[in-house]
Amino acid sequence: MLKLGVPSKGRLMEKTFDWFGARGIGLRKSGSDREYAGAVDGIDGVELVLLSAGEIPRELAAGNIHLGVTGSDLVREKLANWDMRVAELAPMGFGGADLIIAVPQAWVDVTTLDDLDAAAAAFRRTHGFRLRIATKYHRLVRDFLRDQGVADYQLVDSQGATEGTVKNETAEAIADITSTGETLRANGLKILDDGLIHASQATLFRGRRHNWTDAQRAKLKALQMVLGV
Amino acid sequence: MPTSPETLKEARRLRDLFAAKGAQVIKADVLQPADTLLDLYGEDIRARAYLTSDPLRGEMVLRPDFTVPVVQMHMQTHADPARYTYAGKVFRKQETDETRANEYVQVGYEVFDGQNPAAADAEVFAAIAEGLAGLPVRAATGDIGVLMAAVRGLRTTDARKAALLRHIWRPVRFRALMKRFGSGKVTPAREALLAADDPFAQAGPDIGLRSRNEVADRIAALRADAAADPIAAEEIALIDAILGLRETAPNVLSALRDIAVDMPAIGDAVAGMDARLDAMADKGVDVGSLEFEGSYGRTSLEYYDGFVFGFYAKDRPEQPPVATGGRYDALTAHLGQGRAVPAVGGVIRPDLALGLR
Repeated sequence: MLKLGVPSKGRLMEKTFDWFGARGIGLRKSGSDREYAGAVDGIDGVELVLLSAGEIPRELAAGNIHLGVTGSDLVREKLANWDMRVAELAPMGFGGADLIIAVPQAWVDVTTLDDLDAAAAAFRRTHGFRLRIATKYHRLVRDFLRDQGVADYQLVDSQGATEGTVKNETAEAIADITSTGETLRANGLKILDDGLIHASQATLFRGRRHNWTDAQRAKLKALQMVLGV
Repeated sequence: MPTSPETLKEARRLRDLFAAKGAQVIKADVLQPADTLLDLYGEDIRARAYLTSDPLRGEMVLRPDFTVPVVQMHMQTHADPARYTYAGKVFRKQETDETRANEYVQVGYEVFDGQNPAAADAEVFAAIAEGLAGLPVRAATGDIGVLMAAVRGLRTTDARKAALLRHIWRPVRFRALMKRFGSGKVTPAREALLAADDPFAQAGPDIGLRSRNEVADRIAALRADAAADPIAAEEIALIDAILGLRETAPNVLSALRDIAVDMPAIGDAVAGMDARLDAMADKGVDVGSLEFEGSYGRTSLEYYDGFVFGFYAKDRPEQPPVATGGRYDALTAHLGQGRAVPAVGGVIRPDLALGLR
């Protein structure tokens, strides 16, 4: 049996069902709408597991599921060395969103990371603490800023309503997911010209195969044939 | 993983060796307050060290090295000169290579002595080399002080020098700054902003702690920078030449003397290197074949600001260094609240050393 993890609700689940459906594999929730049980039509030996998109990277890496659909940003954020622990089978063309760094529009002197770094140095001198960037993507943002050589900042955790943290003065800048930038603009923020950390989309991943049975390996091949990936 | 009896025995041997050189044996808490390290390293420390929180003491860290607690201990004693040795575990997150140990023993030798920095550098290097005697290792050395002196000697504004010195340890940003300061150009959008009568005409709402005054101050700084002459191409070439040096120490020394003709500001640092090589030769180090790299120590060891060195297993380039060390004068100034004591030290990993026997 090959276990396929799919987000358990919302547009991401519906779009995933559509994507598989268009390729001849029917995925559906079984039982009532509130139950997280699923059924698979069009291929034998594949089991649908519905779970939170944020948990799919961990379950894939742990080997509890064999395949999983989740955002490419979540895999990179939640798994150290992600590309050694899971593999991308197919980008799915939906769920697109960019992880970006944004600062107040009032900062007319800041349009690039170079500016952000200089502003952070001055901010630390003036205020006595490092410039705060609110985010829930700690690993991705820290790795990005380290590679880019930005200093004198600190990350503060924000699990929701991140765009509001600047106005509330709990952060000076943010790093968050955006698809249209509308919410950012409404909150008086703008994206840095070179502030794109990762362009994310829903992606089909497989876990590491080292403890798979031959039947599971064969099943994956068969599924890939049907899906054309 | 529990430390093997052999590693503990080797750690004791090394600590006794350093103690016999007059070093006082000291201990440090495994759990250290995190604020000092966070202040020094910023977010990077979270990727490298294990942070945890205590309900009363706030954020704590499993010690990632002994240097900071040793400096703090020393700054309270006022002893000068002073020598310390210690043996104990340190803890480092390994985010990219799970085969690397995340807890291991370090044995260190630290010298606080402002009388003769060259002799102190040589003393620490020779002590570490003695601890590794007979092992198939090669030493790599460098001197961050030469690069810092070169930056201070650039014919440009103090603001630019400060920006470059701030990024000595971040090669990507350092290079980007050099390029920008050397180009004499700004983007059209930036030019328009600096020329604007009211730069805030298109600005959005004032939100957040960074005030309009702070933005205005930076615009003034940007205007001053745009009015300053670009850093001359010859000077940028000299910095590149220093960073590109990779030769035996005597050959590097003669190359640096040539560079000092065009850049007298590095004269003292070059003389210091000369004195250090003499002191090392006096200690029996084969300086003629000693490797020196102009950019050695610029990544990952942010508090070193002078002599830097590492010992590597000859046949195992993928292994972390068996020993590392360097001078950290600025760290003592930072932790000493105004009182600085020139300091240099090094650590050996007994587990890796044993693996080479």
